[in-house]
Amino acid sequence: MSIPIADHVREIPRSGIRDFFEIVQTMDDVVSLGIGEPDFATPWHIREAAIYALERGRTGYTSNLGLPRLRRSIADYVSGKFGLKYEPLSEVLVSVGVSEAIDLALRALLNPGDEVLYHEPCYVSYAPTITLARGVARAIETRADEGFQLTAEALEMAITPRSRVLMLNFPTNPTGATMDPAGLEQIAAVCIRHNLVVLTDEIYSELIFDGGAHTSIATFPGMKERTVFLHGVSKAFAMTGWRIGFACAPAELIEAMMKIHQYAILCAPIMGQDAAIEALERGGPSVEKMRKEYELRRNFIARALNDMGLECHKPKGAFYVFPKITGLTSREFSLRLLHEEKVAVVPGTAFGPSGEGHVRCSFATGLDQIKIAMERMAGFVARSTSRARPS
Amino acid sequence: MDAIIDLLQQNALMPRDEMARLLDMELEEVNSAIAKLEADGVVLGYQAIINREKWDTDKVTAIIEVKITPERDGGFDRVASRIAKFEEVQSCYLLSGGYDLLIVIEAANLRTAAAFVAEKLSTIGAVQATATHFRLKTYKENGAFHNFETADERLAVSP
Repeated sequence: MSIPIADHVREIPRSGIRDFFEIVQTMDDVVSLGIGEPDFATPWHIREAAIYALERGRTGYTSNLGLPRLRRSIADYVSGKFGLKYEPLSEVLVSVGVSEAIDLALRALLNPGDEVLYHEPCYVSYAPTITLARGVARAIETRADEGFQLTAEALEMAITPRSRVLMLNFPTNPTGATMDPAGLEQIAAVCIRHNLVVLTDEIYSELIFDGGAHTSIATFPGMKERTVFLHGVSKAFAMTGWRIGFACAPAELIEAMMKIHQYAILCAPIMGQDAAIEALERGGPSVEKMRKEYELRRNFIARALNDMGLECHKPKGAFYVFPKITGLTSREFSLRLLHEEKVAVVPGTAFGPSGEGHVRCSFATGLDQIKIAMERMAGFVARSTSRARPS
Repeated sequence: MDAIIDLLQQNALMPRDEMARLLDMELEEVNSAIAKLEADGVVLGYQAIINREKWDTDKVTAIIEVKITPERDGGFDRVASRIAKFEEVQSCYLLSGGYDLLIVIEAANLRTAAAFVAEKLSTIGAVQATATHFRLKTYKENGAFHNFETADERLAVSP
């Protein structure tokens, strides 16, 4: 018999990344720029603290909201780093990565048919998570020539009477875009005027380059009470596998999110929570060391791509470049690059239709690998350009 | 300048044009910055880190604690520089604590190391006492690990 799958689940398309991953997996010796996680192992002092916690037998459930000690660390970290004050015991929830926190927030906020706006190209989970929460996903296209920033005008135009939530992700996966405070303030004003709740995924906020500073939209007047600040240890602390994220929001929303979290997940794993305490309290120097390394690689890869004729802006944050390709669709480009040169990049369309014409290259990969990838890519681009040119 | 020093410390052999790309500088700027570091004596030299388990395996490394009597005019400096000039001595530090100098020596074999301590080092008038520790195994040297396996099990493509 064939098992009937729920309509709203069946209708979700397969992830473009998953699709591509399965092709890459069948091949040997691929140099991959397709990886959206740090190539560094978790800094040793954090791993060591987790080992110590295990030795002491800390292996049980924790409070649904997360260890009180971790929530206090989170509140201190968020206050010190972003200037946002949250009450640790009622306004902070520890989740299984930011992905879970997004799901919780959307499920807690949306009634069927409510619209959620988000800027695109964007992280692969946003649209499906909205759909699974019975919301309506409304993408707002951002453009390369505007640095993939969201403009207040574009937001204003996309708002309808059903619009309920705006999702933000700056620095952005996959474009590396950041927002300047003035632009963010305009977005904040629109959100207040239209009474939108903002889900701001700031998972890359430590990875800012060129001496820049990160500003959270929650810091603007009137915003904290309508914002879910989402962050975690995965990217900055190289802790993707520990699965620890967190949400900071007004107590009544945290309470609603907790209702779902306690039945679906119970609590985030204690090993990850113990490791996260060490990370947030003492991980600053490790993060800075990795950030510097990413910045060097970014300089290298952005120049190499521009030199080979793939135009890209130098991203100010995260660890991705999103160069423009010409002549081929982003899927054709990625497939041919993979088959002809064994270099994996991710087609821009995996991040929404507006990613067409771009590919995502991650520089969370060792410089030796990046160098090989850039040489191979330059050869590929030179060949495909000469083929495309009429003789 | 800090970033150039970081790169030199990680890998002094990195091609200078690659450094320029990483630092988003011109090649000439990198070259002249390094030349200045060398001229100013900030960079004293460049060396290879040798795995002693694979090369010259008879060679011994000893760490020696030395207690000395400081001199009236020269303090520790004159004795220290006298000790440092022996070619067996790779490093020589003045320390706080229970003894004064920590020296690292390399010698062709155990006997020559012992001879250095007995005949050269201990016979210096200001040297009161020495304690010699021989290296048995190296796990990490100048930031480079010896024989640690690293597993790379990242997915080839991930969101």
